[in-house]
Amino acid sequence: MSVLSPTHGEVLPPPTERYTVLGWLRRNLFSTWYNGLLTLLAGGLIAWIVVPTWRWAGTEARWNVISDNFGLFMKGQYPLDQVWRLWLCLYLVALSAGLMWGVFVRRRELVGWVLLLIPVLTGVGLLLSGVRSWWQPLLMAGLGLGGVLVGRGAPTALRRPTLFLFVLTFPLCVLFVRGLDGIARMPRVPTNLWGGLLLALLITVVGIVVSFPLGVLLAFGRRSSLPVVRTLSVLYIEFIRGVPRITLLFMGQVMLPYFLPPGLTVDRVIRAMVAVILFSAAYMAENVRGGLQAIPRGQYEAASAIGLNSLQTTMFIILPQALRAVIPVLVGQFIGLFKDTSLVALVGLLDLVGIARGVLANPAYIGRQIEVYAFIAVVYWVFSYGMAYASHRLEKALGVGQR
Amino acid sequence: MSEPIIIARDVHKWYGHFHALRGISMEVHRGEVCVIFGPSGSGKSTFIRTLNRLEAHQRGTIIVDGIELSHDTRNIAAIRREVGMVFQQFNLFPHLTVLQNITLGPIQVRKWPKAKAEEVALQLLRRVGIPEQAHKYPGQLSGGQQQRVAIARALAMQPKVMLFDEPTSALDPEMIKEVLDVMIELAQSGMTMLVVTHEMGFARAVAHRMFFFDQGVIVESGTPEQIFENPQQERTKLFLSQILHHK
Repeated sequence: MSVLSPTHGEVLPPPTERYTVLGWLRRNLFSTWYNGLLTLLAGGLIAWIVVPTWRWAGTEARWNVISDNFGLFMKGQYPLDQVWRLWLCLYLVALSAGLMWGVFVRRRELVGWVLLLIPVLTGVGLLLSGVRSWWQPLLMAGLGLGGVLVGRGAPTALRRPTLFLFVLTFPLCVLFVRGLDGIARMPRVPTNLWGGLLLALLITVVGIVVSFPLGVLLAFGRRSSLPVVRTLSVLYIEFIRGVPRITLLFMGQVMLPYFLPPGLTVDRVIRAMVAVILFSAAYMAENVRGGLQAIPRGQYEAASAIGLNSLQTTMFIILPQALRAVIPVLVGQFIGLFKDTSLVALVGLLDLVGIARGVLANPAYIGRQIEVYAFIAVVYWVFSYGMAYASHRLEKALGVGQR
Repeated sequence: MSEPIIIARDVHKWYGHFHALRGISMEVHRGEVCVIFGPSGSGKSTFIRTLNRLEAHQRGTIIVDGIELSHDTRNIAAIRREVGMVFQQFNLFPHLTVLQNITLGPIQVRKWPKAKAEEVALQLLRRVGIPEQAHKYPGQLSGGQQQRVAIARALAMQPKVMLFDEPTSALDPEMIKEVLDVMIELAQSGMTMLVVTHEMGFARAVAHRMFFFDQGVIVESGTPEQIFENPQQERTKLFLSQILHHK
């Protein structure tokens, strides 16, 4: 028998690693001579790109093209005296997002997040208002925060109302933006006045909300044992996937009127939305199908064995697992959908890109392409990255107990 | 014994050209514990899976609790409500907590109120010895614990018959015992059980009758004493000597 060392068998804490700035630098950036070389090269490359860009942005660029037309970029020609309705939507979104967060996200470090949320929400609000008014962004941030705190205070009691509000948020927002003929304070705003970021977001959200259930249905259709349903689903999916998105947009704008009975016209924005939805649904179906195929047969058998019928099996067992498995892919698709809304500019709608082309055509702003497109790129990036980040959090939150 | 709760008469099943079940006939009475054993590919799993229609038989008659199994989905649903099943791979729902796994059937199929279903579920979890795991997810449990949850899930539907398809084959030796203990307790409580297993200790302890399957037919059946002490068929003797000698 060997002599046991004094610490043998004891439960010990893991060795602590001490981090100093220099230690970190050495370990991560200069661990070997070639890593050091690569660090220097990469640093040089970054400086070579960033420094001139920064100098240009600070000195040469004339950003007044953005600030002068900020409202136009954000909301197109939406009437100024009706802009309060857009704010109403933002309040609603902030409140329901805050409540959702407060009720469903259980984290100890929440206080820190909330503190972070204040400036972010205020910043977004200020950005959207073009820094022209200060109380709307503050109200928006306040509602979001209030939602988090209230939701945190009574999570169980507020579960149902919160979900209810969340589901209602989207149709209410569409209603506010569109308005109704009957209501004097909220007259209808024709869609040709919708534009800018507002239009891009609306097409995106409508596209996601409508194409998602369609895609799920198509995915099941493609796996159906009924030959007619299966064949139709396959034909639809493969037709759409074989056609570029821009073609569908043009078909929607140009060809659709020929198919409709004379006298009946469909709004151009709606036509674009329909094209986006039809396109997105086909891809959605394929992604969801991937998730469905990942579900082992044992899950279906166990569900049958406890007596669930096929609808119950789908709703409670299969879909939740399948969708969870494809969240990253779906969010990727949503981001793609958002960015591709810029294509509607090509069929004459005034989204961010459409507005940009309009602004650049104005003789007062000749030669400002870089400023305008850089600004648009940043706006797209902020929203795309926001979606990616949210999906990352969602994956983590849902990943609990995954096998 | 009382009237049979499961009647199988001349049951046949083919996979393509492969004749998997070649005329199985047996009756199981209320409160009886039957063990089915035999080499792999002998059709034993296939047979108990036909009893709740996870596999469709193509010839013969199966009657469970007075209801004949046919293509009629109402009959299938009625039988599945009365028959619980435990699988080799547990097949718990990984996205639901232990408690949700157990209450899903009672709430959705039996239409019980949530509170009642949860009360029953907690009782069952105490019975299988893991009440403290109610709010965990299956992935956080050991294999033996998962299988005990699976048993509780099947019991929550208050079935008249329990089917076990090799319930301990995917488990480590240490965990086999904790699952078998639960099954033995269940057998002693008077549950009607049909168990596909190679755990001969379990069979000796609680089985009323044993069935030896080979190549899609029942080669031999009888009480554990008859099978272990005085098997009639050469094939049975050979198989038993093989599995008993390795224990």
